[in-house]
Amino acid sequence: MLYREAGQFKASYSADMAIFPIRQDRMALYGLLAFAFVGVPLLATLHVWPFDDDYLLRAILIPFLILALGAIGLNVLVGYCGQISLGAGAFMAIGAYGAYKFATGVHIPIPWPIPWPIRWPIRWRLDGPLGGPLDWLDVAITLPPLPVLSSILLGGLAAALVGVLFGIPSLRIKGLYLAVATLAAQFFFDWVFIRVKWFTNYTPSGSVAAPELNFFGLVVNSSVERYLLCLTFVMVFAFMVKNLVRGNIGRQWMAIRDMDIAAELMGIRPLYAKLTAFAVSSFVVGVAGALWAFVYLGAWEPLAFNIDRSFQLLFMVIIGGLGSILGSFLGAAFILILPILLDQVPYALGLPLSVETVSLTVYIVTGALICCLLIVEPRGFARLWSTAKEKLRLWPFPY
Amino acid sequence: MFKTMLALASAVVGVSTLAAPLLADGEQFLPALVYRTGPYAPNGIPFADGVADYWTLVNERDGGINGVKIVHEECETQYATDKGVECYERLKGKGPTGAGYVSPLSTGITFALTEKVPGDKIPLLTTGYGRSDSRDGSVFAWNFIAMGSYWTAADIAIQHIAKELGGFDKLKDKKVTLVYHDSPYGKEPIPALELLAKHYGFIYKGVPVTHPGLEQKSQWLSIRQDRPDYVLLWGWGVMNSTSIIEAAAVGYPRDKMIGVWWSGAEPDVTPAGENAAGYKALMLQHPAGKFAVHADLEKYVVSKGKSVAHDNFAQVLYNRGLINSMIGVEAIRTAQGKYGNKPLTGEQIRWGFEHLNLTAERIKELGFEGMIKPLKFTCQDHQGADQARLHQWDGKAWKIISDYYTAEENLLAPMVKETAAKYAKDKGITPRDCSNQS
Repeated sequence: MLYREAGQFKASYSADMAIFPIRQDRMALYGLLAFAFVGVPLLATLHVWPFDDDYLLRAILIPFLILALGAIGLNVLVGYCGQISLGAGAFMAIGAYGAYKFATGVHIPIPWPIPWPIRWPIRWRLDGPLGGPLDWLDVAITLPPLPVLSSILLGGLAAALVGVLFGIPSLRIKGLYLAVATLAAQFFFDWVFIRVKWFTNYTPSGSVAAPELNFFGLVVNSSVERYLLCLTFVMVFAFMVKNLVRGNIGRQWMAIRDMDIAAELMGIRPLYAKLTAFAVSSFVVGVAGALWAFVYLGAWEPLAFNIDRSFQLLFMVIIGGLGSILGSFLGAAFILILPILLDQVPYALGLPLSVETVSLTVYIVTGALICCLLIVEPRGFARLWSTAKEKLRLWPFPY
Repeated sequence: MFKTMLALASAVVGVSTLAAPLLADGEQFLPALVYRTGPYAPNGIPFADGVADYWTLVNERDGGINGVKIVHEECETQYATDKGVECYERLKGKGPTGAGYVSPLSTGITFALTEKVPGDKIPLLTTGYGRSDSRDGSVFAWNFIAMGSYWTAADIAIQHIAKELGGFDKLKDKKVTLVYHDSPYGKEPIPALELLAKHYGFIYKGVPVTHPGLEQKSQWLSIRQDRPDYVLLWGWGVMNSTSIIEAAAVGYPRDKMIGVWWSGAEPDVTPAGENAAGYKALMLQHPAGKFAVHADLEKYVVSKGKSVAHDNFAQVLYNRGLINSMIGVEAIRTAQGKYGNKPLTGEQIRWGFEHLNLTAERIKELGFEGMIKPLKFTCQDHQGADQARLHQWDGKAWKIISDYYTAEENLLAPMVKETAAKYAKDKGITPRDCSNQS
């Protein structure tokens, strides 16, 4: 009754092709965005429950937004293009370490055996050197520390490049075999960031700390500012991806996903379609990785992006719903927030349970819920939501 | 329907009355980041038990710190950095004054929290772990790496090797291999060992072991080929006992293995059974076993059924938990001397840490005589002590085999200063001037 588009006439093609053709959806989205952008910061500044301390922002909403962004990225590849990937953690790591390198200054010494007429033209140093074993040669590619925003985006770009590289095997191998190939990316980059000290600026422990989050002179420090930063990134990228999947390129991805031979016969180039999916997906996942490192953790080690992170993102995509932007958010909420909430229930109720009992119970309950969900609705939360929408349209007079 | 509502309402009221006394005013809230599950639980549990039991002892025996009761809440981190950060955020604001101090018992979590504690104004107490350069209090104002860093540990291990060989000149061209947990924790000692290798002329080699450390076959085969004179073990959790078992499998003598003080407790050797006999490890000053404080614990905590410890009472890591809590409690007591006997904020407790002076008499009063040496923090020195001993597992118990060694500060201090200065430069921190602070 409430949720019915009767009377909403579309008088133009653009109205017909809008992202949210139904007015109620649009209103709900505007409301949600207004609440997220204005309401939450306002409540947090006024210290209204549940925002009375910054726990909800710092420990729940910020990681939720970042992992939702990662899930959106992975959904492009797995959900829309049908290429199973277990390398999401690696692409997050590339984004994080790439952004770190760009933000702290890149310094690549050019080895001596290369003759100087070749070395001379690439000797573009814009800033003082950061120091390295071949410094005495005074020949190096040196970039000054870049601003944080460009660093994060360049980190994403680095992840996109590597993603394309690791996407090339997808032209020959499919399904589970591709999953194993992307697993190679995961292990390879785990190794690279542990072993190649250049990426960690030769810190003794291999743990690096994020630079100051300075955006055009505005230093993002408080939890509200960090939250707004993540929210902006997530909103921009969610709209970008949503529009991509509605357009030409997204339709190509879905055609490849549904049947690659048929798609090829219709004139879709698998090379182009698959590699763009890898590029876009890795870019978004890389940006999420840079945010995870810079905004959420602050200091991190390669273990922050290990195989568990890849699985976590893949589960978010599967539980949330393959091929759905909304599903990425719902999946992230389920996989990330639910265990944290369950963990606090016994204490909030005053039950005298030890932390190990609680922690193991959380695993059991979460696992059981995942099983139930996948039995009831294998296509995830997004599908549940669209079923609910169908029902709502007929309510209260179903036929 | 009405009855259901009534039942629900009464349940809610009942629950809220249950939960209410936990957050009463006039109590000092202390968070406990623990790991009682996962691959590091065998080592996480005894430490967490010691930490909790000492707080209970202070409440039961003394009625709190100068009358201010301690309330604490545990949060399970599973030794994972992101979970640790979530736990820290969850607990930092609880209680009337927020978290007093935080001890994550994980070098990875310590690195992440080092970035967060200055903003939240909560001291970070890391007893014998964490960033070695955080000893420099002028840069790391909120970190307190009490009693020893991995760099002091590396130096003392080399000192002991030199003593066994018969002098520092005998170290020349000897092979020392470090088997380490491939994480910030395991990598911390490497720069110190490289420096010492250069200084004494021994050949250093690092052999990393991937988390969680159950797979070490190839590492130990390479050690068998390489035949190092000594193996230093920098493991944690199940990695330690696996290393000892693998060493036995390739026939590497266990009495040529020296573990760091996080690789020298009962859970590290008992799973290896007979194979562990002869294995040596550093002690973070204190041994296993019962001391004066344990008599108090038995009287006020264990006999009343308030102890959380089971079979790990008076074990190495349990005792380390006691010491960790004792240092924290004494820092709060010191801060109360300035700010009054009431729940204090993290900022006030930081002052207490920085002015903490545990003299030999005070240590005796507290019942820790024989466990630790005097400890004194200053504005510049946030480590307070740099001594350690060694003990050896004879198959049944740990036996102390050395006197106290003192780390060679002439070698290590410049490195602390240099890396701390680099950190300060990278983060835009202006080091505090400690010369005019009392």
